[in-house]
Amino acid sequence: MEIPYIVEPRQDTGLNNGKLGIWLFLASEVMLFGALFAAYIMMRVGGPTWPLGASILNVPMATLNTLVLITSSITMVMAWASLMRRNYSAYQLYMFATVGLGLVFLTVKYFEYGHKFHDGLYPSTSTFLAIYFTLTGLHMLHVIAGMVVITYFALAGRSMFRKNPQWLTNRVENTGLFWHFVDLVWIFLFPVLYLM
Amino acid sequence: MGFWRKYVFSIDHKVIGIQYAVTGLLFLSCGFCLMMLMRWQLAYPGQPIPFIGSWLGDTRAPGGIMLPDFYNQLGAMHGTIMVFLGVVPLAVGGFGNFVLPLQIGAVDMAFPKLNMISYWCLFVGGVIMLGSFFLPGGAAQSGWTSYAPLADIAPTGQTAWLFGMIFLITSSLLGSMNFIVTTIQLRAKGLTFFRLPFFVWAQFVTSFLLLLAFPPLEAAGVLQLMDRLAGTSFFLPTGLVVSGEILQVSGGGSPLLWQHLFWFLAHPEVYVLILPAMGIVAEIIANNTRKPLWGYRSMVYSVIVLGFLSFVVWAHHMFITGMGTVMSSFFQTTTMIMSIPSVILLSCLFISLYGASIRFNTPMLFALAFLPMFGIGGLTGLPLGLSAPDIALHDTYYVIGHFHYIVAPGTIFALFAGIYYWFPKATGRRMSEFLGKLHFWPSLIFMNGVFMPMFIQGFAGVSRRLADGGVTYSFAGNVTPLNRMMSWSAWGLALAQLPFIINFFMSMRSGVKVGNNPWHATTLEWQAPSPPPHGNFTQDIVVSHGPYEYSVPGQKEDFLPQNQPAEA
Repeated sequence: MEIPYIVEPRQDTGLNNGKLGIWLFLASEVMLFGALFAAYIMMRVGGPTWPLGASILNVPMATLNTLVLITSSITMVMAWASLMRRNYSAYQLYMFATVGLGLVFLTVKYFEYGHKFHDGLYPSTSTFLAIYFTLTGLHMLHVIAGMVVITYFALAGRSMFRKNPQWLTNRVENTGLFWHFVDLVWIFLFPVLYLM
Repeated sequence: MGFWRKYVFSIDHKVIGIQYAVTGLLFLSCGFCLMMLMRWQLAYPGQPIPFIGSWLGDTRAPGGIMLPDFYNQLGAMHGTIMVFLGVVPLAVGGFGNFVLPLQIGAVDMAFPKLNMISYWCLFVGGVIMLGSFFLPGGAAQSGWTSYAPLADIAPTGQTAWLFGMIFLITSSLLGSMNFIVTTIQLRAKGLTFFRLPFFVWAQFVTSFLLLLAFPPLEAAGVLQLMDRLAGTSFFLPTGLVVSGEILQVSGGGSPLLWQHLFWFLAHPEVYVLILPAMGIVAEIIANNTRKPLWGYRSMVYSVIVLGFLSFVVWAHHMFITGMGTVMSSFFQTTTMIMSIPSVILLSCLFISLYGASIRFNTPMLFALAFLPMFGIGGLTGLPLGLSAPDIALHDTYYVIGHFHYIVAPGTIFALFAGIYYWFPKATGRRMSEFLGKLHFWPSLIFMNGVFMPMFIQGFAGVSRRLADGGVTYSFAGNVTPLNRMMSWSAWGLALAQLPFIINFFMSMRSGVKVGNNPWHATTLEWQAPSPPPHGNFTQDIVVSHGPYEYSVPGQKEDFLPQNQPAEA
């Protein structure tokens, strides 16, 4: 028994199964973060005062993290492009570079969080910090999940590449879509929490 | 293939479908048992529960007399279990998994492993929910809606509820992705969208609702977990007084935010409960009237419109929260617009009966009973959807009667119809007609015995949350005797399920053996062997016409399967 359209796209829809699946998953993720942003708006509009993000949070560190994530999106695309050219060693290099940049992001975040806790600023301190920790924490879980998947494909990709390179390419493309989404969420989080 | 791979961690959609269905049925009976305990307390408040009262323990029912806290736990968990662990797994997970790939002529679901994972997520969620009864302080007790701030300060059971919900939500998300991809990608050759059986359309729209409505509840769940575990105050306003003392939190939160996020899920959830049932009923009605469904296309358009509209009506659950008259006007308008596609669907099903020579077998009886029962449920919803009459009826037994008419004699009857209808496909044997009718008629009478008096109590103003059934509420004096009638009907309803249980197990071993297509149906699942092997079909499926070609003039038989060419 063979399930059709795993690798080749179906003629009348122009999609393979995985591509459609990941887009649907991203749609649900949009609803998840959308609901949290809506909660943020309701808290902010309902509160008597609201602090300027920059007065509590560290803007230079977040700017650095923004650049790191954008760069990691570029290396992710390069990994996929290398697979399209069937260049496995370049693919592996770019995948590890993406994971490395993810680690840099997490390290910066670790220092940011540590600094806050050191100053006695916890989620329970104020509504602003509560939504800050919730949104960035959930985003961080997504970064970690993305890194796990990317590491898996970087390590276990060789046998998939030998058996069916196009299938691996599709799967890496879908992983990339998720990674870009995580990047995009941060691009919304950064101005909303740090700058506004 | 080993035993574990074949029956436990199976990736075959039919086995997973049956796992879902059996789990759903077990949880339905579990939720029903919780409700029967509650009905004792409502009919005979303050009297010891007979037979099992002494087993419940001193923290729940000292001397067999139920404590109000335990009553609240039963209420919250009855709702949660029935909705998220009973009806959804059976209607979407069970019927969707088993029937949908067969009806579109697919070999399996698009992502079989994901399918297995979504079942086991549901299983873990269910275990957490049931286990929460044994935590100190008991299970969640803030209603199935878990309204804040009450739920924020409730005992540990609420945390377990939230973790359980996260598993159930994950299960539904993965499942719904799978259904949508399967429907779009794995349709057989020639099976265009307007040749899909209505059941597939209903599941397809349902999957979109699950996919897009559940994440906001997940967000709300995360926020409530933060409130409970990290000490934030998303849902705790400044100066909240608990047990006579001001709560020491940073404050500034909004209880309304929880309600908005919750109902943004929970209103589409109502359609998750009802649409698959509509799909099942449509299949059975077309099959047993031996006619095409009347207005198939308008039904499809209605179901799509219903799907869209269900996302913009959520705040009609919140008319009396003080969110403002402008909001109320908006949401009552969308709610009234929403009733149009619902009425179209029901009318099409009714008109389909006109002029038919109806076969009154058990699935058809349940499907026919669905129509007026769902009609009562729907029509009694109109006063609730208008903001003015809702002020009087909100939170009374009228609301309970209204939505139970939709999900109990509505959806659950449709689910029974589906079980009787597709049982021969799953097992190769037919269920007993005699026991089926012995199941149907008492169920119909007792269902109405349980829920009809609720409207009367609701009009008298009896609140749905009273742990004593209204004894302490002086205006309820005239209507409290109805509690006994409802309770005895509920226990009668339990007895009426015995023929079904006997029938289910007996027919599995010794039911009448039937061929591939015992109902002479046109849709594709009946072209597979009964039970279908791994990979489903033994021939290539190419579809050449619509789903309901019954009684086509000039044909030898009164049914024309979707993949068979018409005689010239």
